[in-house]
Amino acid sequence: MSLAKLVRVLAVTAGMVLAANAAQANTDPAPAAPAEKKASTSTADHSKFKELQENFATGPDVTKACLKCHTEAAKQIMHTKHWTWEYLNPQTNQLLGKKHIINNFCTSISSNQEFCTACHIGYGWKDDKFDFSNQDNVDCLVCHDTTGTYRKLPGYAGHPPYKDTEAPAGSGFIVKAVDLKAVAQGVGKTSRKTCGSCHFLGGGGDAVKHGDLDTTLTNPSKYLDVHMAKDGLNFTCATCHETDGHNVPGSRYTPVADDTTPHIRGKKNADPETCQSCHTAAPHKHNARLNTHAVVIACQTCHIPEFARGQPTKMSWDWSTAGKLDKDGKPIRIKDSSGHHDSYDSRKGNFRYESNVIPEYIWFNGKVEYTLRETKLDPTKVVKINTLEGSPTDGKSKIWPIKRFTGKQPYDVGNNQLVVFHTYGKDDSALWTNFNWDKALEYGMKEIGAQYSGKYAFVETEYSWPTTHMVAPKGDALTCAQCHQPSIGVGRLDKVPGIYMPGRRANALLNTAGWAIAALCLLGVLVHGAGRIYASRKGAHK
Amino acid sequence: MSNRIYLFKVFERIWHWSQATLIILLLITGFEVHGSYQILGFETAVNTHTTLAWTLVGLWLFAIFWHFTTGEWKQYIPTLQKVDAMAKYYLFGIFTDAPHPFKATTLKKHNPLQRLAYLFILVFVGPLIWFTGWFYIFYDNWIEWGWDKYLNLEWVATFHTLAAFMMLIFLIVHVYLTTTGHTPLAHIKAMITGWEEED
Ligand code: HEM
Repeated sequence: MSLAKLVRVLAVTAGMVLAANAAQANTDPAPAAPAEKKASTSTADHSKFKELQENFATGPDVTKACLKCHTEAAKQIMHTKHWTWEYLNPQTNQLLGKKHIINNFCTSISSNQEFCTACHIGYGWKDDKFDFSNQDNVDCLVCHDTTGTYRKLPGYAGHPPYKDTEAPAGSGFIVKAVDLKAVAQGVGKTSRKTCGSCHFLGGGGDAVKHGDLDTTLTNPSKYLDVHMAKDGLNFTCATCHETDGHNVPGSRYTPVADDTTPHIRGKKNADPETCQSCHTAAPHKHNARLNTHAVVIACQTCHIPEFARGQPTKMSWDWSTAGKLDKDGKPIRIKDSSGHHDSYDSRKGNFRYESNVIPEYIWFNGKVEYTLRETKLDPTKVVKINTLEGSPTDGKSKIWPIKRFTGKQPYDVGNNQLVVFHTYGKDDSALWTNFNWDKALEYGMKEIGAQYSGKYAFVETEYSWPTTHMVAPKGDALTCAQCHQPSIGVGRLDKVPGIYMPGRRANALLNTAGWAIAALCLLGVLVHGAGRIYASRKGAHK
Repeated sequence: MSNRIYLFKVFERIWHWSQATLIILLLITGFEVHGSYQILGFETAVNTHTTLAWTLVGLWLFAIFWHFTTGEWKQYIPTLQKVDAMAKYYLFGIFTDAPHPFKATTLKKHNPLQRLAYLFILVFVGPLIWFTGWFYIFYDNWIEWGWDKYLNLEWVATFHTLAAFMMLIFLIVHVYLTTTGHTPLAHIKAMITGWEEED
């Protein structure tokens, strides 16, 4: 079995595989040599450092070595969301972050940390007793590996495999032990691959969560991403998300909807990740009309004509159907018509994948309100996991493209609240082992010490994601007609309120009256003319 | 033998026909921008409309200059004299071959109804199209010039469209009325050659 296949099998079987080289593996079966190293202009060659000549037994051992020189690195990391998975939104005062949010993908990390923290930049977060102040727990390698061989498997609380490991258990697939010494000696800058090892796989697999972030970005064509294309600008994630003391700017919790600060790339208080920080707020040099558009329309709206342009993204997830077993009591998986994606998985329910998706468009001002676990919800309505605030008149909003992800997930009927359930664990309560919702819910809710009525049902939910990555070349941006004169009959911005759009928003009364009077006049003159012809014929006969 | 009078000077004729062409093209492109149909494609329609609009504005500036330096502007001074006679003629007389109540002369080229109609176009529809059109053209500068505080694109467009409908209606009636000379093509010929033949 090729590495590519193995990676794919793992991704679907284990639900989430962190392979720093997942995408590369699809095209390149031997990604061992660190390609970036040749081009490196670094003044330090880590393979020559005596601290790194050791045969490290564990990840924390490597971290200890790193911290000998990089004395402040772990301290910096500890202030970041990458480490805390926690964020207090100053706009809404809501406590957010992966640690707290319940979404409509894998829903919650609570009671499932051992599995989910394969994407934590730390070692050993397997339950709520994890020591967030221990510097040795920081995982430097997952971000700084350049060899493409470092990976963390779900189920090991953020540790890489230290010995050859069958993953998932019982599958017969062996994941090789990580050569920590080689990885440590090969550290360097972050890359599309390292960031992507988590961010491309959000939501439990490749392209699941984001329609604009998936493994096709590891080595994208220009059409897919004009900034990251290897034969173009070859940006890494950090080119835009320019870090400052290990803090990565850019946020899904407090996005910058309208960057009104002037073009100040490099200045510390600015947001380096916005389009404007490089392109300014008036980037169309020869077309003032487009700059006028940009006053109310986010760059992304025209320049990301569709999302999921590299591969299909998951658009809906229905947990309510999870747990169906075959006649032997075994879990089942059913492929969708493409043959590449599951449309049903006993552990997770039903899915729908779509590619080249036309986004929805909304006014958005950067303020995001979440439905938290504590929030009382109305189960007769679709529960909005997050609500993006915005209006045409608040002076802060722009028209943004979003991916609207819909789902169905359990809630507590007695308390009308979202619930935490135990999906993964080496015990008999986990949904994925036992397919018993009652047990999984009870365990999960007990784990976070929350009240649970004992009765659950499924509620419809939706989650909105501002689309911002995978910017297309300008030739592939939306044309005027796609909004103003859509050949498919539906204009991109038809549903967006509060704008006058030539070609789409004509005054109906004026139109009816105008055409009616014009038609009557035409009729009138025709009748008049006919009368004249008739009269002159009659006259001629006389 | 019929009399011929030289009614329309060269400038007038050129002005008339270029203006007619421009207005028809502006109607076609304008209503495409408006969303009524698809011919050129939206972007081309916008650009063509804008270019044509500037051309028409230029032409009008010339025409205004010409009208005032030649005194021809007096042709549009409204008169209610014989308006009722004209109306009666179009409603009844024209069918019975009654004599035309108005005789064109070089000093009075337009019949009273024509005068009123042209004046309406000149002082109302024209300026409405101009001003709303200019507001529309300079939309990109509204913020810079502070106009966005007073103007609203929806209203600018709506009034521009209102004027466009009036122009369309005028055009329909006007074209028809050119056929009401002593022969159906007499007026049109006059506007081409300059010479109006009388019976
Ligand atoms: C006979 C003359 C004209 C006619 C029949 C006409 C008709 C129209 C119509 C129907 C629209 C679409 C409005 C909408 O739905 O939003 C339009 C748009 C427009 N017109 Fe005119 N128009 C005329 C002359 C002018 C003039 C003289 C100007 C400028 C001084 C002008 C400038 C514009 C502009 C800028 C637009 C909007 C195109 C855009 O989206 O940028 N028009 N016109």
